[in-house]
Amino acid sequence: MFSAIISQLRTLWQILLHTFSGYETVQYPEEKPYLAPRYRGRIVLTRDPDGVERCVACNLCAVACPVDCIALQKTEDEDGRWYPEFFRINFSRCIMCGFCEEACPTYSIQLTPDFEMCEYDRQNMVYEKEHLLIDGPGKYPGYNFYRVAGKAIGGKAKGEAENESPPVDIRSLLP
Amino acid sequence: MSQSIWLTGIVIFGTLFGVIGGAAVLVWFERRLLGLWQDRPGPNRVGPFGAGLAIADVIKLFAKEDWVPPFSDRIVFIFAPTAVMIAMLLGFTVVPYAPGIHIADLNIALLFFLGMTSLAVYSVLLGGLASNNKYALLGGLRSAAQMVSYEVFMGLSLMGVVMMSGSFSLVDIVNAQENGWFIISQFLGFFVFVVAGIAESHRLPFDLPEAEHELVAGFHTEYSGMKFGMFMLGEYLGVILISAMITTIFLGGWLGPDFLPPIIWFGLKSFTLVCFFILLRAAIPRPRYDQLMALGWKVMLPLTLVNLMVTGAVILMMEA
Repeated sequence: MFSAIISQLRTLWQILLHTFSGYETVQYPEEKPYLAPRYRGRIVLTRDPDGVERCVACNLCAVACPVDCIALQKTEDEDGRWYPEFFRINFSRCIMCGFCEEACPTYSIQLTPDFEMCEYDRQNMVYEKEHLLIDGPGKYPGYNFYRVAGKAIGGKAKGEAENESPPVDIRSLLP
Repeated sequence: MSQSIWLTGIVIFGTLFGVIGGAAVLVWFERRLLGLWQDRPGPNRVGPFGAGLAIADVIKLFAKEDWVPPFSDRIVFIFAPTAVMIAMLLGFTVVPYAPGIHIADLNIALLFFLGMTSLAVYSVLLGGLASNNKYALLGGLRSAAQMVSYEVFMGLSLMGVVMMSGSFSLVDIVNAQENGWFIISQFLGFFVFVVAGIAESHRLPFDLPEAEHELVAGFHTEYSGMKFGMFMLGEYLGVILISAMITTIFLGGWLGPDFLPPIIWFGLKSFTLVCFFILLRAAIPRPRYDQLMALGWKVMLPLTLVNLMVTGAVILMMEA
């Protein structure tokens, strides 16, 4: 009983000491907190260094998404490159988990340190491809999927990618 | 004679508006202090230091829909919140602020104060009962049990002071403290009275009738608008009243060094106690219900009786 009272009085004293300990919180609209570069916020679609969109419409992000907020449709251009015909993210569902970013094989979909995306109309939270695409390469400068991947597209045959040896000629007898 | 009537009138209106305004400001002040102790600024947007929040809150309360549930006991439901306001405001009539500045110097002021705070319990009880709501009923039930156990030693804890000062009049009690405040000679009584005072005004850690986590909002679950506001105001009036009473009875009331006028001393002491009440809320968690009852009957009551007996014995020995 006595120790219980002492414990309560000690609590009171320690809380009283907090009078001098300053604030932990930030006065948000005037004073913005530092957001780390890897902060998981608004989702963007990036472009490769050549300025072509990186997304190859593989659908892995849409599959990984736990809340099914990503919708896209694959199409091809005349070179045989895959790209999304439309790419739609419903941010009113998105939980900013970053699974799409982890699933993406081409570093195309990335999360950015921005969370200020309030809207008065819920429909405005649905972002189409033109809202999502940015001009730069995002967190991974210099990476170009088609330049390192083995897939043949117009202007780049098999074996011409970086660090890729030419395909084995199975009809040749040479070693 | 006419001058004293004028003075009484001024004191009455000063008390009425001062205390109600103080209670409204206290809502804001408490949130600021809680914020300070929880390492955050608290409400600081409306007006200077956020003090406009007190006005904004009152406007909001008046603008809210004042809804009486159709399943409630209508008359009692409407009467309940007024009871706490009336009782608490009547309690202020006997508080002596400074020599000559008081509304009524009753010779039974202490008993009157105890009676008024006891009447305030009816507000909680009736509110809980008339709401016809399980949570409200549980809140009212808890309040009844809490009051039954805490009223007893709240009164008894003051009897030591009455024995030492030989009077129930609060003015006499303050004057009897010229040679030393009763907090020293009656420390046990002071301790018990503070605990009982917190329980009496339903403040944390003894806010079991409300207990947001368990009972939604306890006895005022069904209340809205200004009826809820009156419960709220009554609670803060209770805090101010209990602080003023502790000041008067144990901390020497208006007595203090001469460099400040007596009424300032009274205000300062009461204000410090109000801050202490808020500190209690910031620091101490709510006990379980059976723990509360056990504390009341098994610790506080024996403590009070021991204090009473020792005080009586000492007084008899000094006289002999």
